[in-house]
Amino acid sequence: MALSRDAVLARLFELIQPFNTKAVPLAEDTRFADDLEFDSLTVMDLVASMEDEWDINVPLNLLPDLETVGQVADAIVKLKAEA
Amino acid sequence: MSGTPPVDLLAKFDAIRTEYAFLLSTGLSDPFGVVMERVLSPTRAIIRGRETILVGTYNYMGMTFDPDVIAAGKAAMDAFGAGSTGSRVLNGTFATHVAVEQALKDFYGTKSAIVFSTGYQANLGMVSTLAGKDDVILLDADSHASIYDGCKLGNAEVVRFRHNDAADLEKRLRRVPAGKGKLVILEGVYSMLGDVAPLRDLVGAAKAHGAMVLVDEAHAMGFFGPHGRGVYEEQGLEEEVDFVVGTFSKSVGTVGGFAVSNHPHFEILRLVCNPYRFTASLPPVVAASAEASIRKLMAARDKRERLWAASRKLHAGLKAAGFTMATETAESAIIAVLMPSQEACVVMWSALLDQGIYCNLARPPATPMGVYLLRCSLSSEHGLDDVDEIVRRFVQARAASQALAA
Ligand SMILES: Cc1ncc(COP(=O)(O)O)c(C=O)c1O
Repeated sequence: MALSRDAVLARLFELIQPFNTKAVPLAEDTRFADDLEFDSLTVMDLVASMEDEWDINVPLNLLPDLETVGQVADAIVKLKAEA
Repeated sequence: MSGTPPVDLLAKFDAIRTEYAFLLSTGLSDPFGVVMERVLSPTRAIIRGRETILVGTYNYMGMTFDPDVIAAGKAAMDAFGAGSTGSRVLNGTFATHVAVEQALKDFYGTKSAIVFSTGYQANLGMVSTLAGKDDVILLDADSHASIYDGCKLGNAEVVRFRHNDAADLEKRLRRVPAGKGKLVILEGVYSMLGDVAPLRDLVGAAKAHGAMVLVDEAHAMGFFGPHGRGVYEEQGLEEEVDFVVGTFSKSVGTVGGFAVSNHPHFEILRLVCNPYRFTASLPPVVAASAEASIRKLMAARDKRERLWAASRKLHAGLKAAGFTMATETAESAIIAVLMPSQEACVVMWSALLDQGIYCNLARPPATPMGVYLLRCSLSSEHGLDDVDEIVRRFVQARAASQALAA
């Protein structure tokens, strides 16, 4: 079943919140490294929670291209469609 | 074009360069610049003019000075010359290469063995060649850099699972679309903390999902399992594991890497694997030394027992002296002490060198995030009295570094 991008984005904001210790306002163009200042361990935990939420594998090869929250939402919709 | 300002390609390393320069400016010894002026034995070297106990060499079976190993190397040097000067595929194989591959087949009881120029290249070659564009690699998050780099060299999709977590691996295997080739990559002993993998559970999950399995046994050869083949043998998985990768740089005591397998078509890799075919083969002196060493390791029961006794004693001694150990018990011959911070780690490492102890300072990215280690590894040639001396000097070094901090 195809997921709506809006639904993914809304849920993504919720999943990021526990790691958003600096309470940075979240938007589509929020960047993980530059705005949220996530380190690689935090990214790994966040990716794991997304993988469990949508029951997908997010390949390591994709990570370098995912800089913003919106890009991650796109990737999840695509991965879910392929699964 | 004139007028285009040049970009210094080394500028991206300025932060680490500054950090390193600061470290050296404190007057501490350079943890990445130790020179062994002479090597006296598998357990002793002269560093800064002083006899130092080596507690960080991976020379697990003490083979570097074995007289038979040295004699075999010298004879091959005389008979075959100093080097092979090329790739086996293009420039030819020497009899010494065939002989060391036969020794590996005898040691592991496998149909095939392929020798690479290092263990790093063995992983680069195996990982990048086995898993292609439509395949998925599932690797442990704490995998060695050579495995990660093998993933980068290849075209497969790469999925990471939590360290030594069979349930997490299982979940990820389940998510791989049907029909894709799957390669699960594991290590018998993880080289930073020295912890042993629950291979039975991990391999069980892999096989239940039709994946092929590669296990890197670099830090287990010679002293795990009835024949010393590794953790996979100790846990009874010889039928299940498809490929075993290893190195000559640790227990074998020289340099080189290899993969062994019973797969009926394993040999085809020689023709398609770039890190095998586009680099020079091992020099004959190395191949012949490795062959002699591997054959001796088949019967090295006493060495194994000495290594285990020394490793258990070092773990217990450091723990009793109040150090925080990376594993609850001595799981392997790597005995790692956890340090609270990078500074504490460097100060203690430097104090140990002053005491005549050489161990490894390990920090990210070699270790997991935030983990700073004083990593010790023993050899079968360390006596139990050496272990007492090592613990004593650890305690003295701690006192010296605490005095420095106060
Ligand atoms: C787990 C593991 N695999 C592979 C290697 C690479 O071996 P080599 O030193 O032969 O390149 C090492 C050692 O550095 C290792 O620890």
